[in-house]
Amino acid sequence: MELKEYPAIGEKAYYDTLPNGLRIVVVPKPGFRRDMAFFAANYGGADRRFRSGGTWIDTPAGVAHFLEHKMFDMPDGSNALTTLSSRGAGANAFTSADMTAYHFDCVDGFEENLKTLLQFVSTAYFTPESVEKERGIIGQEILMSENDPDSVIYYDMLRSLFRRNPVRESILGTEQTIAEITPEVLYACHRAFYNPSNMVLVTAGNQPPEKIAEIAMEIIPERGAGRPERDYGREESAEPVQAFSAREMDVGIPMYLTGVKTAGNLSGRRAAKFEMTAMLTLGSLFGRSSKLYDDLYNEGLINDTFTYDFEISAGISYLMFGGESRDHEAVNGRIIRAAKALAANGPDPDFFARWKNAVYGRMLSGFNSFDNICYGVANSVFMGYDYFEMPSVISSVSGEDAADFAGRYFDPSLMAVSLISSAQR
Amino acid sequence: MKTAIHTQIMHGVNLTCVSAYQFKTGCLSMTLLTRLDKKTVALNAVLPSVLRRGTARLPDTLSIQAELDGLYGARIEPVVRRKGEVQCVGFLASFLDDAFVPGRQSVFSRTARLMGEMLLSPVTSGGRLRGDYVAVERENLMDAIRAEINDKRIYSINRLVDIMCRGERYGVSRNGTLADAGKISVATLTKQYRQLLAGSRLEVFYCGSAEPAEVERTVREALSALPRAAELEGCSTDVLFTPKGSRVRKPVEEMDVTQANLAMGFRMGQAARKAGPAALMILNAVYGGSATSKLFLNVRERLSLCYYASSYIDRHKGVMVVSSGIDPEKCGEAGAEILAQLEAVKNGDVEPWEFDSARHTVVSALSSAMDSMGRIEDMYLDRTVSGMTYLPEDLAAMALDVTLEDVVKAAGDIKLDTVYLLTKGAAEDGT
Repeated sequence: MELKEYPAIGEKAYYDTLPNGLRIVVVPKPGFRRDMAFFAANYGGADRRFRSGGTWIDTPAGVAHFLEHKMFDMPDGSNALTTLSSRGAGANAFTSADMTAYHFDCVDGFEENLKTLLQFVSTAYFTPESVEKERGIIGQEILMSENDPDSVIYYDMLRSLFRRNPVRESILGTEQTIAEITPEVLYACHRAFYNPSNMVLVTAGNQPPEKIAEIAMEIIPERGAGRPERDYGREESAEPVQAFSAREMDVGIPMYLTGVKTAGNLSGRRAAKFEMTAMLTLGSLFGRSSKLYDDLYNEGLINDTFTYDFEISAGISYLMFGGESRDHEAVNGRIIRAAKALAANGPDPDFFARWKNAVYGRMLSGFNSFDNICYGVANSVFMGYDYFEMPSVISSVSGEDAADFAGRYFDPSLMAVSLISSAQR
Repeated sequence: MKTAIHTQIMHGVNLTCVSAYQFKTGCLSMTLLTRLDKKTVALNAVLPSVLRRGTARLPDTLSIQAELDGLYGARIEPVVRRKGEVQCVGFLASFLDDAFVPGRQSVFSRTARLMGEMLLSPVTSGGRLRGDYVAVERENLMDAIRAEINDKRIYSINRLVDIMCRGERYGVSRNGTLADAGKISVATLTKQYRQLLAGSRLEVFYCGSAEPAEVERTVREALSALPRAAELEGCSTDVLFTPKGSRVRKPVEEMDVTQANLAMGFRMGQAARKAGPAALMILNAVYGGSATSKLFLNVRERLSLCYYASSYIDRHKGVMVVSSGIDPEKCGEAGAEILAQLEAVKNGDVEPWEFDSARHTVVSALSSAMDSMGRIEDMYLDRTVSGMTYLPEDLAAMALDVTLEDVVKAAGDIKLDTVYLLTKGAAEDGT
């Protein structure tokens, strides 16, 4: 295994790629009591159309998440989640737009738990009965997300923003789409995406790196089938499908979310730099340290639910911002004006230097969290950059980069705004 | 991690210092402990947010943010917690450990100084807290209270506790009601601030790589201007061992929801009081607090009656709550099954593997909690509030000694008090 050290941030990591294509990253964390393993496929809710054995296959919305739920069933009738939990390991899984991950953490029995993890994720076993039963459970999860205003407004915004890209559909799918899921569909997706060359294993803790590679070799010996080609639809124009959508729900205060499409096809260090530029620019514009945030907050136009974020997935990227507000038009008007000023004059140099220090410190504090490390490393492996170099990417972003970003993406004609107003009770 | 060092550094000011070297950050909190009371709950809930707005040296949020950004993104957040019937009011900071600060400036001492200033010398106008800050933060508190309805699971639990513990201080909601918050004025808040600052116990907690002697020196300096009354307020939690009424209350509320939420409240009884905290944690893990629990494996997995069903126990108050998200058609069935599973625990109808799994889960969770500064801080505050004599890191070892008999005994007196249901229906006005 190859050791890389990052002395400025006090981290190091071992890297390896097995003959079957599985990439392994082991992050030593001395002084902590537990160990964590995180086994992820580069496959998520947006990977709906893909090529397998020469033919293109279309799958219904929600299939990656459905598959995640079903992976815990083992042919001997046991459930891997129960097996891991019964040994005291905290085990779980999640599906995002571009990743499905299975992970556990434990204070003892790491090797046995790792074997279980690798085993169950590599074993596809679905019956019509168990798929039928899961439909009921996921149906409830879908209903729950339809009660959750944060989830509702997020997908309202994505549907307004994207015409074709599959991120516009909920990762959970809908009652109609999950009705189409059969064991055959699940087997096809597992075969295409859960192969070692499309996966990564990340661990954090105090386990010997060689042992981890050895166990992975023992459990997953087969060669990978390569990384499947996916289709996210034709490239979309910069403009949204619709500029505005609104609905009513039982929320205490109206909330809104604005989205803007940003660059497409990002990967490698370019993706890392673009993401950091986005986060530094958004923070300069309306982060908690900005003059604009302070003004809007004092005027009661926003409260501390106002947040922003940036996402890269499925061949696209987008920024978003919003929160609770009784006058989102006023807020966005002020944001557009401030972005124009930022684009024209660049950020105040003292402010920008301080803000970069702040982002640096907060990024380092993220290395306290095993979940954060494992997710960040897995994501960066799929994206093709080095997660531990992210802190140093911060210094490469200049005031001009921020000005350029603000000038490019804060045009009102690019924005999709979704609103949830309070239902009259 | 080294065992904590506790020092009384001033009258009613306790410093807990945990040395740890594995983290990238340090953690510092200052928390005033006061009785949860309807008259002061909203004032206390808004207070740290107002104090966080500006100090005599840095009078507005922008200059405070600039200072924090300069400290490599240190965070000082207002935190209001509820532990039993004690309201814990103060600030929690996390900041880059000095070992990782480029140029080796002391971020810790400057963060401690700023937190001390927020607590002791807020910006004032005519001797009172600033009216514009009070007005904005009052509005934000009212918005937060209004938004409590957004998360239906938490909303249902809050409504359950509200109804079940009406007349007890525990029934006072965390942020107070809209009416309580609406009454906050500069005069009442300034008065409450002075009273709380002088008259309450202050808990200071530090975890990180700084030497304990240096931590004590830094904290003493930051708090040197703290006023102290001769007589400090005592606060504890009254525990009700059995339900108040002879019949189980079953309030139902209707709202435009796709999924119903069922929240069931229980009184834990005398037996639970006598059982140690480790036994209660395992009891909760056996019943509904883990992925191998009876509620998870039976109500959700085997019978598919719900998307989630889980329990938690508030040890301070001797209350257990089960919360479940269900199909509105299946409320009765799910409720009956939740109670049937509790009976199984009471009868000792627990497979050896179920018990071992639960104990394992608790031991593991307690051990790994020591990997998180936030959890360590909260567990130490728990310890102080409940007057425990052992350290959080000893709990895992104690859990290893718990037997199934201990758990069955601890569950013996649990009684259902109130069942709250939030379900679909024609929207109606009021309650």
